Amino acid sequence: MRRVRAEILNARKIGAYHSLTLVAPEVAERARPGQFVSVAMPEDRTFLLRRHFSIHQASRRGGWAGTLEFVFDPQGVGTTWLSEAKAHQFLDVIGPLGRPYAYPRKLTNCLLIAEGRGAAPIYFLAQELRARGKRVDMLIGAEDQEHVFRAIDGKRLSQTIGIVTADGSMGERGSIVDLLEEMAVGSGAQVVYAAGRRGTLRAVADFCAERQIPSQVAVEEQMACGMGMCFTCTVPVIRKDGSGYDNLRACTDGPVFNPARILWDRWMGDEPRLLPTPPEGFPVVRTWPG
Amino acid sequence: MKQSLAVDLNGVAFPLPVLAASGCLGTGRDTPALVDLHRLGGVVTRSLTLAPSKGTPTPRMAETPSGLLTSVGVQNPGVEEFVAEDLPRLAKAGVPVVASVAGRSLEEYLRVTSHLQARAGVVALELYLGTDDQERGHGDPFYQRLDRIVEIVGSVSRMSRLPVFVKLPALLPDLVETAGSCVRAGAHGLTLIDAVPGLAVDPVRLKPKLATAVGGLSGPAIKPIALAAIFRVAQAMPDVPIMGVGGVTTGSDAVEFLLAGAWAVQVGTAMLVNPSAPVEIAQGLLRYLKDKGIASPADLRGRLRVQRAPQASEGAP
Repeated sequence: MRRVRAEILNARKIGAYHSLTLVAPEVAERARPGQFVSVAMPEDRTFLLRRHFSIHQASRRGGWAGTLEFVFDPQGVGTTWLSEAKAHQFLDVIGPLGRPYAYPRKLTNCLLIAEGRGAAPIYFLAQELRARGKRVDMLIGAEDQEHVFRAIDGKRLSQTIGIVTADGSMGERGSIVDLLEEMAVGSGAQVVYAAGRRGTLRAVADFCAERQIPSQVAVEEQMACGMGMCFTCTVPVIRKDGSGYDNLRACTDGPVFNPARILWDRWMGDEPRLLPTPPEGFPVVRTWPG
Repeated sequence: MKQSLAVDLNGVAFPLPVLAASGCLGTGRDTPALVDLHRLGGVVTRSLTLAPSKGTPTPRMAETPSGLLTSVGVQNPGVEEFVAEDLPRLAKAGVPVVASVAGRSLEEYLRVTSHLQARAGVVALELYLGTDDQERGHGDPFYQRLDRIVEIVGSVSRMSRLPVFVKLPALLPDLVETAGSCVRAGAHGLTLIDAVPGLAVDPVRLKPKLATAVGGLSGPAIKPIALAAIFRVAQAMPDVPIMGVGGVTTGSDAVEFLLAGAWAVQVGTAMLVNPSAPVEIAQGLLRYLKDKGIASPADLRGRLRVQRAPQASEGAP
């Protein structure tokens, strides 16, 4: 974790999203897929908290060495302010934060699932997996064409790609869940990675649990500090031995978790309640394939 | 003139008057690398309960104008694990530790207190009274009933060999009276103020933004409320040490708190945004002392120049 004053090298619009490329060699050097950065807001504003963004690109070599890119959808006050940021402006950035995706050692066929801006970390992951000689297939979902992030990059990075939009403006009409089985079978998926909304992640988790496919998902939860201090971004996660669960912080214990160990009902039910551990304990979930 | 930032709260010494507030620096395990423990006046831990506590469901936070609304519950590893795992790390860093004590019954407060006696590094206790009283309060927080406050503060203070600070919310029916009762019951000092109850609403989903509906508001939004509380209590009891907390973000804020009557300040929300905030606040305070030629933070305390309060008859039409 480093805190830097990073210069904006490039600010541009990509479909519905905004992308900022920063000069931040200290952060870029250490960044791995699934990790995020936090960006401070201007001190004179009434919104105080840092904003957190998945790292989309961290270049260590070549013409873009030492740069770092993140992507966002300007929805709230903070992201709207950031969308107006110009090149050569400086941002207060902390990163890389969080636990990254783990790479499989032996298994080779990886299915990467991304919903909306979840594609940003997933493309970064695809690059790293390919550099390790893995087969990458992708399933990209979004509301509409505008929200399909860089479809061309997705195609370039994957063996096969499935694109699905809610309104059918690009690829097939429907949701990720509709195409999940077809893509998993077609690509011979041995490992599944996902980033997106909770409902989708849960569907992916259920699918993988049923078929015993090891998987990792990057979750999103309301986060104040991003550094493990405030304990607001917790996710109920079953312990390794199944003896109970703990409210783990998405910022430091995640954001990448084994979805088979997340207590989805307790985390995202209509009435999330922290019930006691059942007397028989929780099922023991096998660990990530070494 | 040589300035020193060291303060002495009637026997509780801190190398500088800027501490990390409870709930903002965990309990001592995995302190972020960006927080320099050596440059803090002290650390107030997350509130400790007897058994490990999982806290409340999420969402636990919402951003509000100039503020942060949170409801975490008292998620903590439990006092025994804190003493075994976390405290040695804080003690090794040499930072004075104020252990925040919470409970759901008088017995729990006392048992947590007993675990914290004679532990290297712990210089004081801070009583958190915002947990639900499951003994007699029908699930309301302890601070809602003066008799329960006095009972807890009195029992803990009599038993503890460590000085006890009581953290009080600003919105009590009679804050000054309650503060006085705490001191008479044996409290060494006070921490003012606890987070202010707040509600954030999501108009699209017709739901509160926090899982628990009402949460605690912190940050610059509550600074004037904190200053007023400190000012009123300090006017009534100038010899009782007060740790001021509530929206302290800059060196100037710290100066304001000291002028209003605080003996030291705690930094919470500002640290979540800027992990080196306490260091910058201490530097700002030192600059102010140098500029004004004041030797120590204690010399600033309560120096607010106030006019005599106008009589009700004066100025009335």
